[in-house]
Amino acid sequence: MSTGWMSQTAQPRAPQPQAGEDARTRTMRPIVTGTSVLGIKFDGGVAIAADTLGSYGSLARFREISRMCKVGNQTVVGGGGDVADFHMIRDLLNTLEIENREYEDEHDIKPQAVHTYLTRVLYNRRSQMNPLWNTVLVAGMQDGEPYLGYTDKLGVAYQESTLACGYGAYIALGPLLREVADKGEPITKDAAVALLQKCLKVLWYRDARSLNRFEIATVTAEGVDISAPQSSESDWGIASMVRGYE
Amino acid sequence: MFRNQYDNDVVTWSPQGRIYQIEYAMEAVKQGSATVGVKNKTHAVLVAVKRKPSELSSHRRKVFDIDTHVCMSISGLTSDARSLARFLRSECTSSKWAFDEPLPVGRLVSALGEKLQRCTQFWSRRPFGVGLLLAGYDASGPHIYEVQPSANYFDCKSMAIGARSQSARTYLERQMTAIADSDRAGLIRHALLALRECLPSEAELTSENVTVAIVGKDEPCNILRDEAVQPYLDTLENDMDTDA
Amino acid sequence: MSSTDKTVLASAGFHGDVLTLVKRIGVRMQNYEYQHRKPMSTPACAQMLATMLYGKRFFPYYTYNILAGLDADGKGCVFSYDPVGSYEREHYRAAGTASALLQPFLDNQARALARIPDYIGRKNQQGVVFEPISKERAMTIIKDVFTSAAERDIYTGDAVDIRIVTKDGLEEHRFPLRCD
Repeated sequence: MSTGWMSQTAQPRAPQPQAGEDARTRTMRPIVTGTSVLGIKFDGGVAIAADTLGSYGSLARFREISRMCKVGNQTVVGGGGDVADFHMIRDLLNTLEIENREYEDEHDIKPQAVHTYLTRVLYNRRSQMNPLWNTVLVAGMQDGEPYLGYTDKLGVAYQESTLACGYGAYIALGPLLREVADKGEPITKDAAVALLQKCLKVLWYRDARSLNRFEIATVTAEGVDISAPQSSESDWGIASMVRGYE
Repeated sequence: MFRNQYDNDVVTWSPQGRIYQIEYAMEAVKQGSATVGVKNKTHAVLVAVKRKPSELSSHRRKVFDIDTHVCMSISGLTSDARSLARFLRSECTSSKWAFDEPLPVGRLVSALGEKLQRCTQFWSRRPFGVGLLLAGYDASGPHIYEVQPSANYFDCKSMAIGARSQSARTYLERQMTAIADSDRAGLIRHALLALRECLPSEAELTSENVTVAIVGKDEPCNILRDEAVQPYLDTLENDMDTDA
Repeated sequence: MSSTDKTVLASAGFHGDVLTLVKRIGVRMQNYEYQHRKPMSTPACAQMLATMLYGKRFFPYYTYNILAGLDADGKGCVFSYDPVGSYEREHYRAAGTASALLQPFLDNQARALARIPDYIGRKNQQGVVFEPISKERAMTIIKDVFTSAAERDIYTGDAVDIRIVTKDGLEEHRFPLRCD
């Protein structure tokens, strides 16, 4: 009798390297993932937004995970990609902050410093063939000016007035964020937050790995403010009209 | 001659609670030619008088650039100073590498302090025989730090170290408020006037034997040598009487 | 693109490597200046870049570099590289995604070779007048070349950064391309 998994295990197989012997395990693919992070500069500050979902494949596994962390008093970091790897990044930044505090001087960690540091960490990890599987946005106030930077698992880094990663880079960045940014005049804080909420709602409708529960962080001269997780209303009434995806 | 039982190595205490090897290293600082550091609200300035070991040789280097925002002048063993300059530069480079940001001067000095301290606690090591003045400018303004072979360091308003530097310190103490309120040119002038106090009676400051280093707001570390120093020396001649 | 007042480096390829490479060059140029008490010359920087690239011969920086500046005689110099450090001093070079498109364009147009008429540029063309290339003419060629690149190469972006090194210092320009 040879049914199912019994017969499969009985088949001779190519020898597999066992973890802990001669193989080293690495992040070859993300497991629990976060999707988009969106960021935009506004008049006198910068805002980033991310939903609170940690997906396990297509399963909405963890529904109240924070994908943001505050570093120092003028920087906030948001990450998409592997949630465990982001937690490692968060721990590194916490260490950085504690070490900075130990000097007991007036020097605070600036967003540019965080951005450069993360870029170096991520680049070094990819060069060791062991990447941290994240795209990260760094937002903050750098010497009184809004700062918004991007870094990913390869160590690519740049700054822009609007940024998005994950699915948001396809859906939110072009039509919504950039349209506002290219008008030339800075938008207000309230308008920026409203815009991010709108983008998140579109992503909730379109991105199957997203959630209608999210955090929005703003950084201004007054400091960092990460909102408590909030939910947006959505209306799926239109869904019955959509054809072709049944 | 009196033979000291307690100075064979740096880990042996004397019954009076002194460590002679460290004190000897401190003496090396007093052998070197004088250097003065001063700061106002926007700039920090180092001046130093250079000696030459013989008529045939060039002047000994007294001022080292560490980074665009820090420079260092020394008194004592120049060769030890070079090795410390190398350390300080690499610390600054690391900060720029990891954070794209100049290393705050206070943190640089504390890193140096830890390095120097290690030399005072192992018998196989020798304390560095050089005293340093570090001038720097960072987000919290201009700084002058004094660093000693004993691994003590001090955040100073102004300071002078090296041979005959007591007279310079006296000058700096008297002129404390004037220096703090001076402009850039006035600051350099005060530094040179203090330095002049340290000279033996037959010697004088010339463009050949003086180095001036300036660092400050919107001014990366700028080391002036030779002819570049002359305009500042001229200001000493011009109105010497006015604020004596 | 990154530069001192005498030397300009343009890099195409993997941006993460570019960032790292440029940073390492910056560190070494600063150390050079502290050790030698003079800025690094362009030819010295060119040799250093080759060594740095070759130093990662078996895990290369995925970058295509062109280094330009002035040589010891004050003449313009262009150095081009492959990702593992083979390099050569040339009169003109195109690198990056559109390089195969642009290099023939430069072969046809760049007349910088006035003093070496039997060098490849325009060598096999009929009725060529060799004349020294002016700065204005060089600018025109560069703009035309990138305009062409934007027409045919999908990876060419919305604008081109231009840096000009002369004995008087560095000039910076930005020339917009078709933004589609």
